[in-house]
Amino acid sequence: MSTMLTATPGETIGPFFGYALPFDRGNELVPPGSPGAIQLHGVVTDGHGKPVPDALLEIWQADADGVTPKATGSLRRDAWTFTGWGRASTDDEGRYIFSTVLPGATQPDSAPFIMVAVFARGLLNRLFTRAYLPGEQLSGDPLLNSLPAERRHTMVADRDGHGLRFDIKLQGADETVFLRYPGHRP
Amino acid sequence: MWTPCFGERDVHPLESDLTIQHNGAPIGERTVVTGRIVDGDGRAVRRQLVEIWQANASGRYIHKRDQHPAPIDPNFTGVGRCLTDDDGYYHFTTIKPGPYPWKNHHNAWRPAHIHFSLFGTEFTQRMITQMYFPGDPLSGLDPILQSITDQKARDRLVASYDHDLTTHEWATGYRWDIVLTGSARTPIENPDSGGEHR
Repeated sequence: MSTMLTATPGETIGPFFGYALPFDRGNELVPPGSPGAIQLHGVVTDGHGKPVPDALLEIWQADADGVTPKATGSLRRDAWTFTGWGRASTDDEGRYIFSTVLPGATQPDSAPFIMVAVFARGLLNRLFTRAYLPGEQLSGDPLLNSLPAERRHTMVADRDGHGLRFDIKLQGADETVFLRYPGHRP
Repeated sequence: MWTPCFGERDVHPLESDLTIQHNGAPIGERTVVTGRIVDGDGRAVRRQLVEIWQANASGRYIHKRDQHPAPIDPNFTGVGRCLTDDDGYYHFTTIKPGPYPWKNHHNAWRPAHIHFSLFGTEFTQRMITQMYFPGDPLSGLDPILQSITDQKARDRLVASYDHDLTTHEWATGYRWDIVLTGSARTPIENPDSGGEHR
């Protein structure tokens, strides 16, 4: 394999992205209330358990049939095209909400999940994690199995009356497991 | 996972010119910022979204939480978008941002910078960073830039002045190339193999 080029370093999103990155219906991968729509929601907290009011979350996921979307139109939602990507800001209580669908498994017997990127003023760089759907396929997931047993639950969403709840703890006790991919700086 | 979730329908070509978004011309040094985005194998990152945001020429953000008593420019918002072209190049026309003070410590000033939000062909290449201008005396004093401890890595965030990009009686030109992580084609980027936890 060829030597990889060294990646340009990431930096903090800072405090002033609010007029630049959020956009109309950015958090609506499907219109709320449409057939099959669920909420993916939760609270982002810092190392002291305090809500983070100015975080930005992005998700990327397969559709309900487990197909990876290849459609454009994420910035100009037409309410019909599922692009698989969304962006949500946290509110003053650290809460975020996406309207989306439960992703299907991308391969038979694999565990469905939603990829999540977290950006916040207090983070030098973005963080990646996954929100797995609760279910029995989880026991066969190679990534979850590579984690200490007591930390696996931090990557698994809970079902509730709205859909899925997935809280994100940036630091401290019970910190969410974050992922580093090849080429990412330690 | 492949992320082609943006396209021509999402971004109008004029969104890459931050100097024409209002009725008049903004105050400040008109500047072109361009460069090439490649992946870890040096392959062009084609037709992907680039978003930027920045302060105006006097170092003021439009954001409501920015209380720096420098003037807002009614002709400058400081937000732009574009798609890279088929060779991975992005191109913005903007105003060179001013330095701005923040409350991190006494007399703390951020060097002039432009925030860049970048997408690759995989979601794991997603990145947000900041571009700086060469020779800025504030760079060595900035805790955010200095939080990257390796000088070579810091240098990767500094654009270079390019006189060939500068246009006669119109705009100065800066060039800044970007390398995203990994590659869409290497087996280690297979999403099924997952990532390493930290």
